Amino acid sequence: MVVQRCKGSRDLVPEEMARFRIIEDKFRDIAGKSGYREVRTPTLEYLHLFTSIGTLTPSMLKRVYSFLDWDGWSGERVVLRPDVTIPVARLYIENMAKERLARLFYVSNVFRFEGTGRKTRERWQCGLELLGVSSSVADAELVRLALSVLAELGLKDITVRLSHGGLIHGLLAGFGLSREEQTAIFDRILDGDTSGLKKLKGVSPEMARALGSLLELSGQSSGFLKNFKAMFVPAIPALEAPLNDFISTVDLVESLGGNCVIDITTGRGFEYYTGIMFQLFSGKNIVGGGGRYDDLIPLVGGAKVPASGLALNIYTIMDLLPETAAKPPDGTSVLVKAEPEAIAEAFGVITGLQRAGYRAEMYLGAQDMSAYGRILLVKAAGGGFVLTDTAKVGSQTLPSLEAVIGALGKAA
Amino acid sequence: MVRKTALAAETELKVALPKGDLLADTAALLERADWQVAGYTADARLYRLQSGRHPGLSAKILNERDIPVQVAVGNYDLGICGADWVRELMVKFRSVAVVKVKDLGYGGDALRLVASPGLGVTSREELTGINTPLRITSEYPNIAESFALEARLRRFSIFGVYGSPGIYPPEHAELAIVRNSAGVPGGLVDLGTIWVYGACLIANRRSWGKKNLSELLTPFGEALGKVETAAAEPEVSPIEISLPDAETDKDILRLALPDGHQQSHVVKLLEKAGIRIADYPSANGNCRPVIDIPGTVVKVIRPQDMPTQIAIGNFDLAITGRDWLREHLYQFPASPVKELLDLKYGWVRLVAVVSETMGIEDTAGLKEKCAALKSPLRVASEYINIADAYAREKRLGEYRIIPTWGATEAFLPEDADLLIENTETGGTIKRHNLKIIDTLFESTACLVGHTGRLRTDSLKPRVAALMDALRRGLEAGD
Repeated sequence: MVVQRCKGSRDLVPEEMARFRIIEDKFRDIAGKSGYREVRTPTLEYLHLFTSIGTLTPSMLKRVYSFLDWDGWSGERVVLRPDVTIPVARLYIENMAKERLARLFYVSNVFRFEGTGRKTRERWQCGLELLGVSSSVADAELVRLALSVLAELGLKDITVRLSHGGLIHGLLAGFGLSREEQTAIFDRILDGDTSGLKKLKGVSPEMARALGSLLELSGQSSGFLKNFKAMFVPAIPALEAPLNDFISTVDLVESLGGNCVIDITTGRGFEYYTGIMFQLFSGKNIVGGGGRYDDLIPLVGGAKVPASGLALNIYTIMDLLPETAAKPPDGTSVLVKAEPEAIAEAFGVITGLQRAGYRAEMYLGAQDMSAYGRILLVKAAGGGFVLTDTAKVGSQTLPSLEAVIGALGKAA
Repeated sequence: MVRKTALAAETELKVALPKGDLLADTAALLERADWQVAGYTADARLYRLQSGRHPGLSAKILNERDIPVQVAVGNYDLGICGADWVRELMVKFRSVAVVKVKDLGYGGDALRLVASPGLGVTSREELTGINTPLRITSEYPNIAESFALEARLRRFSIFGVYGSPGIYPPEHAELAIVRNSAGVPGGLVDLGTIWVYGACLIANRRSWGKKNLSELLTPFGEALGKVETAAAEPEVSPIEISLPDAETDKDILRLALPDGHQQSHVVKLLEKAGIRIADYPSANGNCRPVIDIPGTVVKVIRPQDMPTQIAIGNFDLAITGRDWLREHLYQFPASPVKELLDLKYGWVRLVAVVSETMGIEDTAGLKEKCAALKSPLRVASEYINIADAYAREKRLGEYRIIPTWGATEAFLPEDADLLIENTETGGTIKRHNLKIIDTLFESTACLVGHTGRLRTDSLKPRVAALMDALRRGLEAGD
């Protein structure tokens, strides 16, 4: 019987892993230079971290991997983290709550059941969380960072789709809906279903018109938001604050050269968004997303600390990157062959060469020698070394490791 | 005119039929549909039945709760069971290969949420705002979890119990999901119906998509008449139960005694130990009998549920079987529950069983067989954690554990390859043409306790006195 990998999972072979690392390295580099510090949260968390209103939508919760731990006789379930923002909020509260501003980043996997076979159940993200400030400058900083990463990775046709949780909540409140009813409709919007909104039409003419034009906003840009504000804020003053926030963020993102689209259904599955919500697309592929979640930290037990965050989907980006071969041995690689009595010495030589900055591998009888730039024979009983340059005829005999390194350096 | 062969003879079709509460109505339905399944009666001795009308059609009588799983794994094309067990499976395993074909209009029941009065809620909406952990007992842990998530409970623990979920509140749970038909315990707050359901017809998704079952189902549909909806919600009858007097103080020794057939053994033992207990077994379902040991309270629960109830600290001592203690410890190795005293009665051994037709003698033979199997070994057991540990330790290769709810011997050979089950004489196993190839361990009733709780100074003398009395009872002989 051939053992196969688990349904919904993915192997990363060396070529794919190389592309994975390209993304990760680029992300780490830019995040680090922007003042973000790396954190890592555990794979297992208590389920109840994710169950309160204001965290994940019910349809997302139905797809989490929850189970009883080996000491779970209390009936309390644990879960393979379905999201990283909420655990990072918990980490911040538990360990860093004194810091007024925390710029954090992570590279992490998340687990959500997926039955269609179109996506994997374990996905990797690199994400940023900016805790402690509430401003459109902070939100724009995140988008700028993500756009830089995507641009340097060479991704084409990037658009930023934006929505605003505060604006949606403001509208729903205007319909006289309770917080629970608002949440229920907000959840459905976030799960991609706007039918609940359409049913609300007709409650009051201005509200219905406001809602109608918001639903048709997809494809419009910041100018439209300003028109919308001029039209509806006089009748519905509660929309002014979220609209101003929305507009200033969209303006900033546009000034960064981002191609913006306003789409109310942006931000799927995450109930915690209170302000701006965005998704990053490369062509039709969702390569990342995020938003502002000012209520999340108080909700999971912390102080009233505003925050926003963003994550890039590594698997999706990987598949958009050009094929990259794992680094093959090249002209500076040394294949070390040893006479039977000189194996221990050969390993010492390999260590020395690697310390000197060379790629050095032991010859195991199966390598294609022509792929290596140099072949170094280690002779037994202090017989010295024979260095062959595969590109040239002839070889040189050298007395010591220092001499070998010297010769390699000269050739390079 | 009735044709003898309504279904193409080469179409092999297997149907799982329920035993228990749904049997009479289901048999009447099959009668009307003229399936001619002889022997489908409450006192059936055979589990395997043939249709007199459709030669390719065979049926097996299974525990209702096993039917959705058995249909899902493809052992049966069709099944009839309560929609509750279908939902319990599908709510957790969303891509399970079961199609709910039709509600059958009988076996109507409903799931109802009841709360401890101390919780101070009168509606389900109020549960969302509660910040303290809510303990929910239910025979349907998956439905309960799904309910808790949808109701946006902030913090909850689910206790999947084997029976009587309604007896846990108020002192041992805040919420319970109970069946209307089981009655709503008096004294608890009724938070209304969660879901109304009845018997339904289910199909394996592959069979439903590939096999032509229409010849079989057409008369079935006609027999059903116009029933399109679930059966009506039955009346709820309150059960009178005595609630605990006041908050139990921490010096009280809390003892759990078994319900069901074990009760007579316990009564006899207590009698010999000189301990009197009133209203146990209870004729009217009282689950809190009074014992004449000062500072000790008793509650009657399922033996299977006792280890977990002890582990979480709801009880200090319990009388259960070693089999269920082991089952618990395999799932939770660090659990604080341990065996304190062997009570000697209720002897069974847990055995590994295969069909005689497999032609093997021992586990070595089984391993050889496993290596040659093209599909994973199917291990059926009531003891899923013991069975899982056994299959792992014996390195049986790729295997699947199929949970069952009793009468496991009916599963071999067609629906499982290996059973882990208990037996006293081995008679049932022989009668079904099965063979014991290994003994895992012997089990008797035993007194179990919570190691941490029993170390407290206030409880130590009480536990010691009770154990002394039980020892004397054991020595007294018959």
